[in-house]
Amino acid sequence: MKHVHGWLLLAPAALLLVAFTHYPAAATLYDSFFSTGTVVRPRHFVGLGNYAALAQDPIFWKVLGNNVAFALGTIPTSIALALLMAVWVNGRLPARALVRMSYFTPTILPMIAVANLWLFFYTPQIGLLDKLTSVFGAGSHNWLGDPHTVMACLAVMTVWKEAGFFMIFYLAALQSLPPELEEAAKIEGSSRWYFFRRVTFPLLMPTTLFVLVNATINSFKLVDHLFILTKGGPDNASNLLLYYIYQVAFSFFDTAYAATLTVVLLALLAALAIVQFVLVEKRVHYR
Amino acid sequence: MRSMFAIVIAALVALFAQGARADTELTFYYPIAVGGPLTKVIDGLAAEFEKENPGIQVHPIYAGNYDDARVKALAALKAGQPAQLSVLFSIDLYELLEQDVIVPWDDVAKSAADKAWLKSFYPALMLNGTYKGKVYGIPFQRSTIVLYWNKDAFKQAGLDPNKPPATWNEMTRMAEKLVQKDASGNVTRWGVEVPSTGYAYWMFQAFARENGEDLMNRDGNRTNFDNPDVVAALQYWRDLGAKYHVMPEGTVEWGTLRQAFTEGKTAMMWHTTGNLTAVKDTARFPFGVAMLPASKQRGSPTGGGNFYLFKKTTPAEREAALKFVRFMTTPERAAAWSIATGYVATSPAAYETKKLEEYAASFPQAVVARDQFQYATPELATFQGGRVRKLLEDAVQSAVTGQKSPADALKGAQSEADRILRPYR
Repeated sequence: MKHVHGWLLLAPAALLLVAFTHYPAAATLYDSFFSTGTVVRPRHFVGLGNYAALAQDPIFWKVLGNNVAFALGTIPTSIALALLMAVWVNGRLPARALVRMSYFTPTILPMIAVANLWLFFYTPQIGLLDKLTSVFGAGSHNWLGDPHTVMACLAVMTVWKEAGFFMIFYLAALQSLPPELEEAAKIEGSSRWYFFRRVTFPLLMPTTLFVLVNATINSFKLVDHLFILTKGGPDNASNLLLYYIYQVAFSFFDTAYAATLTVVLLALLAALAIVQFVLVEKRVHYR
Repeated sequence: MRSMFAIVIAALVALFAQGARADTELTFYYPIAVGGPLTKVIDGLAAEFEKENPGIQVHPIYAGNYDDARVKALAALKAGQPAQLSVLFSIDLYELLEQDVIVPWDDVAKSAADKAWLKSFYPALMLNGTYKGKVYGIPFQRSTIVLYWNKDAFKQAGLDPNKPPATWNEMTRMAEKLVQKDASGNVTRWGVEVPSTGYAYWMFQAFARENGEDLMNRDGNRTNFDNPDVVAALQYWRDLGAKYHVMPEGTVEWGTLRQAFTEGKTAMMWHTTGNLTAVKDTARFPFGVAMLPASKQRGSPTGGGNFYLFKKTTPAEREAALKFVRFMTTPERAAAWSIATGYVATSPAAYETKKLEEYAASFPQAVVARDQFQYATPELATFQGGRVRKLLEDAVQSAVTGQKSPADALKGAQSEADRILRPYR
C-alpha cells in the first residue's frame, strides 16, 4: 500500500518525463536505423547506414570540432570570470547591489536579443568594435565574415552572456561559507590568496561541479545566436552540432539523418555527464 | 438557472446553424520575410474576400519565415489538419512534389477566363512554379536583386550621379574611385558590397547569369556549378575583395548591409527589392536603383513566395481556393501589395493601374525590378533543394573568404550535388 502511494506521487512528473523526454529519445534512436521516407520513396530499414554516412560526412566532423573548440573556449573562461566576479561583489564595495545587478543583466536578456545587439557590435565599420579599434588607428575588420575570427567572436559573446548567470551560484555559495573560517585564517596570518586557494575554492567545489555541468551542456545546447549572427558560416566555420541538426532536419528535410546526429549528440552529452560526475565527484567535498 | 439554459440553447442553435449553412472553409498558411505590420494587411484582404463571397470562410494563419511556414504547413498536412492552400517559398516546389502534397492549378482553372488569368503574370515569375508544363505556383510576393547606389558618393568621387554601372568593368572602375580612405589608409567607404551570408546562392545566381550561365536545369535534377563561366563568375566576386579591394574581404552580412549602405559605408550594394521601402525610409541621401550590371548579359534571379494548392482538398474547396487566389492577385491588389512592401507587382496589368502608375511617377526606383524581368532567371530550385543550396552557399563562402579557389570550391559542390541528384534523373 505504501508503495502505491509513493508511485502515485511520482506519477505526474514521471508521465511528463516519459512522454516528452524518454519516449522521444527512444524514438530518435529507432528512427536513426531507417531511411528518410517520402511519399514517392517510402522509408525502409537501413541498419547502421545512417551512421556510416555520418562517419563520412566532412561537415559533421568540422561541426564537431567547432563544438569542441567552442566548449573549450567558453567553459573555463566563463567559470573563471564568474568566480572572479562573485568574489568581487561578495566583498564590501560601494553600490554593491548595482554592481551585482549589472553583472547579472546579460543573463536576463533573451539570446536572440543578445545576438542582435552583438551583430551590430561586430559589424564592420559601423559596429561598436570597429569604432573602438579605429580610435587606436586600427583598420576595419570583418569579424564575423572571417573564418579565423568568427568562432572567437561567438565565444566572447557567450562568455559575456553566461558568466553572470554562473556568478549567482558562486555568490550564493560564498555567502553560505561560515565566516569563522576567514577569521581563523586571519588569526593564523594566512594571505588572502592562500586562504582562497586552500579554503574557499575547495569549499566551492560542489558549485563548480554544478556550474561545469551546466556550462558544458550549454555549450552544446545554445545555438540561438547562430540564427542571427552567422547561420553557421562562412563555410561552416561557426556551425555547431545542434544547429547542423536543425539544418538537416528542417532545411534538408532529412529526418533520419537528423535523428542519427541527435543520437550522437545525446551519447556525447551522456558520456560527458558521466565523466564529470564520476571523476570530478571524487574531488568534491560535500559537507 | 433558466437564463443559463437559454444561453446554452442559443449557443447550440448557433453552432448547428453554422454547420447547416455548409460553408466552404479555406485555411491557408503564409510567411512574411520582410518587416512591417503585414499580417494586418492579409487579414484585411481575407475579410474583404469573405464579404464579397458569402459561403466561403478564409482562415489565414501567419507562420513565420519561409522555412517555418513550410515546416508548419507540411506538419499540418501530415497530422490531418485542414489546409487547402498556402503561400510558400517558390523554390519549395520540388520538395512539395516529392512529398506529393500539391496539385497543379491547371486542373482547377478550366474556364477560358481562368486560363487567361494563368497567363496574365510575368513569364519570368512563372518559371519557379512550373514543372513539366503544369503550373503549381501562382506568384504572390516576389522579389529580385537590384543595385542600389548612393548619388552623393558618386558626386564626391567625380562620377555622374545619374549613371549607374552597366557592366562589370564599369562597376569595378567606378567602385575603385568610390573607395574612400582616411589619413592612415583605413577604408572608410567601400565601393560596392554584395551580401554573402544567408542567401549567398541567390546572389551568386546573378553573377552566374550575367556571365551567361544558369545554375540548374528545368527538371531540377542537374546543376551546372563547375562550368568555366560559372567559375569565372565566382572569381570575379572574389576579386572584388581580394584583387580590386573595393569590397571588404570575407563574407558580407545580409542583415546589416542595408545599414552599411544607408550610413554611407558603401557607395553601392546589391540587395533584394524587398528592401526598397526600408532604404527609402532611412537613407538621408539621394539614391538610385538600377538593374544589375552585365558581363555577357544582364541577369538576376527572382525570389519570393507562391500560392500552392494542396492535394487533400474537395472539389468545392479547390473551386473556392481558385476564387480566393484570383482575388488576391487582381491588378489592384497586386499594386497595393507592391507599394506596401517593395515586392514586385506580379502582372503587367498591375503596373498599369492608376495607383502604381502614380507611385512610379513619384518614385521611379519602384519599376526598375519590373524592367529587369526580361533578363530574369528562376531561383535555384532542385530536388533536395535545401541541401543543394547549402552546398553552393558553402562553396561561395569558402571562395569569398579565400579558403579555397573558386574552381576547387565549385568542383567540390558539383560532385556532391551530382551524388545527391543522381536518383532523380
